[in-house]
Amino acid sequence: MDSNIIFIFILAIFVGIEVISKVPSMLHTPLMSGTNAIHGIILFGGILVLADAATLPEQALGFIAVVFGSANVFGGFMVTDRMLQMFKKAKK
Amino acid sequence: MSPINAYIIIGVSALFIVGIKLLASPKTARLGNLVAAGGMLIAFLTLHKPTGDYVWSQTWSINYTLIAIGIVIGLIIGAIGAYSVKMTSMPQMVALFNGVGGGAAALVASLEFTRPDNQITTFLAVSMLFATLIGSLSFSGSIIAFLKLEGKFEKPYTFPGQNILNGLVLLVILGLGGWLTFYASEGGTFTAFIVLFLLALFFGVAMVMPIGGADMPVVISLLNSFTGLAVAADGFAINNLAMVVAGTLVGSSGTLLTLLMCKAMNRPVSNVLFGAFGSAGGTGAAGGDLAGKTVKSIQADEAALLLAYAQQVVIVPGYGMAVAQAQHQVQELSEELAERGVEVRFAIHPVAGRMPGHMNVLLAEANVPYDQLCEMEAINPTMDRVDVCLVIGANDVVNPAAREDKGSPIYGMPIIDADHAKTVIVMKRSMATGFAGIENHLFYKDNTRMLFGDAKASLNALVAQVKAS
Repeated sequence: MDSNIIFIFILAIFVGIEVISKVPSMLHTPLMSGTNAIHGIILFGGILVLADAATLPEQALGFIAVVFGSANVFGGFMVTDRMLQMFKKAKK
Repeated sequence: MSPINAYIIIGVSALFIVGIKLLASPKTARLGNLVAAGGMLIAFLTLHKPTGDYVWSQTWSINYTLIAIGIVIGLIIGAIGAYSVKMTSMPQMVALFNGVGGGAAALVASLEFTRPDNQITTFLAVSMLFATLIGSLSFSGSIIAFLKLEGKFEKPYTFPGQNILNGLVLLVILGLGGWLTFYASEGGTFTAFIVLFLLALFFGVAMVMPIGGADMPVVISLLNSFTGLAVAADGFAINNLAMVVAGTLVGSSGTLLTLLMCKAMNRPVSNVLFGAFGSAGGTGAAGGDLAGKTVKSIQADEAALLLAYAQQVVIVPGYGMAVAQAQHQVQELSEELAERGVEVRFAIHPVAGRMPGHMNVLLAEANVPYDQLCEMEAINPTMDRVDVCLVIGANDVVNPAAREDKGSPIYGMPIIDADHAKTVIVMKRSMATGFAGIENHLFYKDNTRMLFGDAKASLNALVAQVKAS
C-alpha cells in the first residue's frame, strides 16, 4: 500500500473543513448541491470498471454505474448553476 | 504514476478546492461551480487506468460503446432533472443526484470486489467493502429522503423494538464485513457479499424512515458527505487519486455542513438522526394550554392598510410560500411597499423551507435584492421596532414555544421573534400544524391576526389593496 495516498487523504479532510468554515447559511443549499456534483467523479470509477468488464453481468452493472455517475455529475453541476444563476440576476 | 499525471491530478484537485471555496461566497458562487466543473472535465479528458494506460487511447470495444451510451443517457437524465425541476423541489433533486452517485459508488466497489482475477489486500478489501456499504446506504437513504420531501410518508415511522432491530442489522453488517475482509482473497465470498449489499440497502431505508420530513435537509447533507466518503474509498480501491481527493473533500466539507445545519436548529446531530426513537408519547401534550384560546382573523383590505401605513415591515417567508409559488407576488408586494417609503426587510430563518438557503434561492429567483435578506441573528434585536411582521407560510420557525414552553419538542430552537413586532399578520391556508406537528403559540397572541387563504391569492389581493390605498 502506498502511504502517499493516506497522506493525501488526511490533508484533503482538513482542506475540506477549512474551505467551508465561513459560509453564510444562504449558500448552504447551493454548496451542498455543488459538492454533490463533485462526488459525481464516481463516473470515472464507473468508466474504468466498465472498460475492463469481461462478463455480461459486469457489463450490465458497470453500465448502470456509468449512467448513475453521469446523472450525478451532469445533473449536479447543472442544478447548482441554475440555483446560482438566480443569485446573480438579483444582484444587478 | 508518471510525473505528467501527478501534475494533472494536482491541478484537478486545486480546481476542486478553489471551486468549493468560491462557492462559499455569494459573489463568486457561480464561478466556483464552473471552476469545479472545469476540474471535472480535465479529469475526464486525462483519465488513466490503474495500470497507467490512458483510457481514451485503448482499442475501441463494445465496452467503450456502452460507456458512451451510458454517459449520454446520464447526461439526458441529469439535464432533464436539473432544468425541469421547480425551484421548490430543488432539495429532492439534490437528494436524487446524491442517491445515484452513492449507487454508482457501491456498484464500482462491488465489481472490483467480485472480480475473480483480483488480488485483494486487506486494505483494498476494507476500501471496497466500505464503499459498497456506504454507497448503497446512501442510495436507498436518498431515495427515502426524496420520497419524504415529495410528501410520501413524511411522518417519522417508528415501531417498538426498531432501534434493537437496526442495531442488530448493523452488527450483522459489521460482522459480515469483517468476515469478508478476512476471506476476501480466497474466493467463495459472493453470497455473503450480496447479503451485505442488500443489508446495507435495507439499513439506509431503516435509518431514514424514522426521521421526520422537516429534518430531511440534514439527512441529505449527511448522505451527501457519505457518498463523498464512499467515492474516496473507491478511489483507494482502484488507485485513482483524483477520486480520493474529490471524495474526501466532499466527505469532510459535507460533514461540517451537516453540523452547521444542526447548529442552526440548535439540535445535536444525534437528536436529528435518532430523535424519533422513544419520543412517540411525548409530543402530544405540548400546546395543551392553548385550549379555549381563539385566533383573530383579518381580511386582505385591513391587512393592506396596516402594511401601507407602516414604517418598518419584516416579511418572514417559509415553506408555505414555496408551495404556493408565491415568491413573485411577495417581491411585487415588497416593491409596492418600498415605493410608498416603507422599509421592507426579509427575515430568513436558517432552516426555513426544506433546506438552508432555500428561501434565498426562491427570493433571488423573484429578483429580490439579496441585501434585503437578513439572517435571523441580525434581525431579531430589531424586531421590537417593527410595525408589521408578515409571516408567509412559515410556522415552526416563528413559534414562540421554542422560547417559552419547556415541554415543547422544539424548545431551544432559535426562532425569528415575529411576536415582538407591534402587529403580526400570519398568512396561512388553515390552522394545520407545521412540520414539527405542534400548535403554534404565535397564532394565539393578542397582536397576531390570521389572514387565511392561498398565499398567492392573498398576496395578489394585498398588492391590489396597497396600490389603491
